[in-house]
Amino acid sequence: MNTPATHAGEAPARAVEPNKRIQRTYWQAARRRLLHDPVSMGCLGILSLIITAAILAPWITPYDPYTSSIVNRLKPILAPGFVLGTDELGRDMLTRLIYGGRISLLMGLLPIFIATLAGSILGIVAGYFGGKTNMVIMRVADIFFAFPSVLLAVGLAGALGAGVVNVLISLSLVFIPPITRVAEAATTQIRAQDFVEAARATGASAPRIIVGHVLTNVSSPILTYSSSLIGLSIVLASGLSFLGLGISPPLADWGLMLNTLRQSIFLAPVNAVLPGAMILIASVCFNLLSDGLRAAMDVKP
Amino acid sequence: MNATPAPVDPPGTVATDAAAGGRPILRVSELRKYFRLRGGSGGVGPAYVQAVDDISFTVAKGETLGVVGESGCGKSTTARLLMRLIEPDDGEILLDGRDVGGRDGMSLRTLRHNVQMVFQDSYSSLNPRHTMAEEVGFGLTAQGVKRAEARRRANEVLEFVGLEPAIFADRYPHELSGGQRQRVNVARALALNPRLLLLDEAVSSLDKSVEAQVLNLLIEIKERLGLTYVFISHDLNVVRFISDRVLVMYLGKVVEIGPVEKVYGNPGHPYTRALIASRLSMDPRRRLDAAPVAGDLPSPINPPSGCRFRTRCPIAEPVCGSREPLLDRFGAEPAHLAACHALVPGSGHGQAPDREAGSALETGGNPP
Repeated sequence: MNTPATHAGEAPARAVEPNKRIQRTYWQAARRRLLHDPVSMGCLGILSLIITAAILAPWITPYDPYTSSIVNRLKPILAPGFVLGTDELGRDMLTRLIYGGRISLLMGLLPIFIATLAGSILGIVAGYFGGKTNMVIMRVADIFFAFPSVLLAVGLAGALGAGVVNVLISLSLVFIPPITRVAEAATTQIRAQDFVEAARATGASAPRIIVGHVLTNVSSPILTYSSSLIGLSIVLASGLSFLGLGISPPLADWGLMLNTLRQSIFLAPVNAVLPGAMILIASVCFNLLSDGLRAAMDVKP
Repeated sequence: MNATPAPVDPPGTVATDAAAGGRPILRVSELRKYFRLRGGSGGVGPAYVQAVDDISFTVAKGETLGVVGESGCGKSTTARLLMRLIEPDDGEILLDGRDVGGRDGMSLRTLRHNVQMVFQDSYSSLNPRHTMAEEVGFGLTAQGVKRAEARRRANEVLEFVGLEPAIFADRYPHELSGGQRQRVNVARALALNPRLLLLDEAVSSLDKSVEAQVLNLLIEIKERLGLTYVFISHDLNVVRFISDRVLVMYLGKVVEIGPVEKVYGNPGHPYTRALIASRLSMDPRRRLDAAPVAGDLPSPINPPSGCRFRTRCPIAEPVCGSREPLLDRFGAEPAHLAACHALVPGSGHGQAPDREAGSALETGGNPP
């Protein structure tokens, strides 16, 4: 053997063909671990069911979501013709829940997606470059932080006016500062490690180090945190709808349905709780999935 | 199948570096780095930590220069300056006679092709989310090498440092022992084919048996690839073992430099003498009763005037506080320099030798 220090007694019997071996990158390995986690996969299954149903709503729902019927008001669940009963205007609950998923999931996912993208970029840039860059970005984030998130959302939505797009914008803005903060804290910590210094010593550029070294280490806390915000985003959006700043009836939205059915809670408690249950299931699934994601992205067993 | 491809440059470069012994690969002159402190020292104006203050030295091709000194004396700052991980405030670092940047200087990329560094802490110097092959190959992909090619080369270099790629290439740092991680650190530095390797406390965090293995590996690599080392350590025995020449630093200054046997056998500067006396003996009858140097390192924010060692020096005199001693030749060996007034004839120090007596210190620094 030609090597200076081979391991004692280790014959190169099974000579290695370097390119034939299964060589996984960090991301491939993380995906593999996630696919082998039953809880995450279960949650992913439920979520895909909800999302698919929402997308295919016009073709799979038995009724029109907007046609009301005075005779069929507040039918209990499992009533003939109405599997999940009807609401206070006699509209089929199942249909409205499926349609409601469209807006609620959009309100939950899109703002968080936008905020995660923007917040991560801002936070990583602030954390990696430090100094004045950090100060400017983080002080601006602090200004947003000074307001409670609900108030901020109400204020922004109020200023922008009602409407789906405006709610999306205001929710995105609300979630950018906290995600920026998490990304900045994680990046600052990684930035101080010797391996970043070593990567600089190999001549790698800042973007390459951020992609290769920083992102692998900070994406786990960022994704965990932001996926835990999805449930909150759904609830905030429904709060805005309730205040008349978001979606207006008769559009179906879980939060809005919860609010309108609130008045009938003593007459038809199960019906009133159903939209809440949908929010709960969706949030729990997103949280468990984010937990599984965090575990899969953590290389230590 | 025993033709393991060695991760080396074309043989030409190796031969020149190894054969050209004596010509400097690295010339450092009047290098200075002050770190500005936030908020100042309570007085007026900003305060500065004088981490590295006007140091000059050369490193010859193919040699190992040991750098010793207490914690906080500027050893690691010097290494980071050489690597350009931090920008020097002043001074010149010439690699093969060329500076970085400027009109006819080399690019930072060229510098980092030629000079690489091995870090001390083998935990924080490896990305916990990277496999060993990714970690070693990262620098190559950063330099524009294709992924598959970087993989192949990473495996090659891993094998070269004694880590079977079949076993180690896809492992994560937490699955490796300290010695193995340090080998990966060395492999990462070697992957770019450097000619000069800066080893910043590269073996200090290892236990003694593993330390010996890694030291032997380093010596073997140096011989096979014809490398030049700058070996930074606080461990005097390790430095003596691996180095050709030694540079002693104290509070951001070079106090002594010379061939390893001369410095250890006939130390000129009182600080070097104290350092060497502080080594523990294997013989229990020769135990140390008193610490050779008392007190702590003075603050590098407000270092003592004149000679920085005078606050702890056993032979300090008024002249030491008023003038700063310069590195000067003493004794018979022309390459052996020290910065102490007591060695310079006519310096005004009571123990300074007569003008014609060049070898006063052969008796251990106490001339009659």
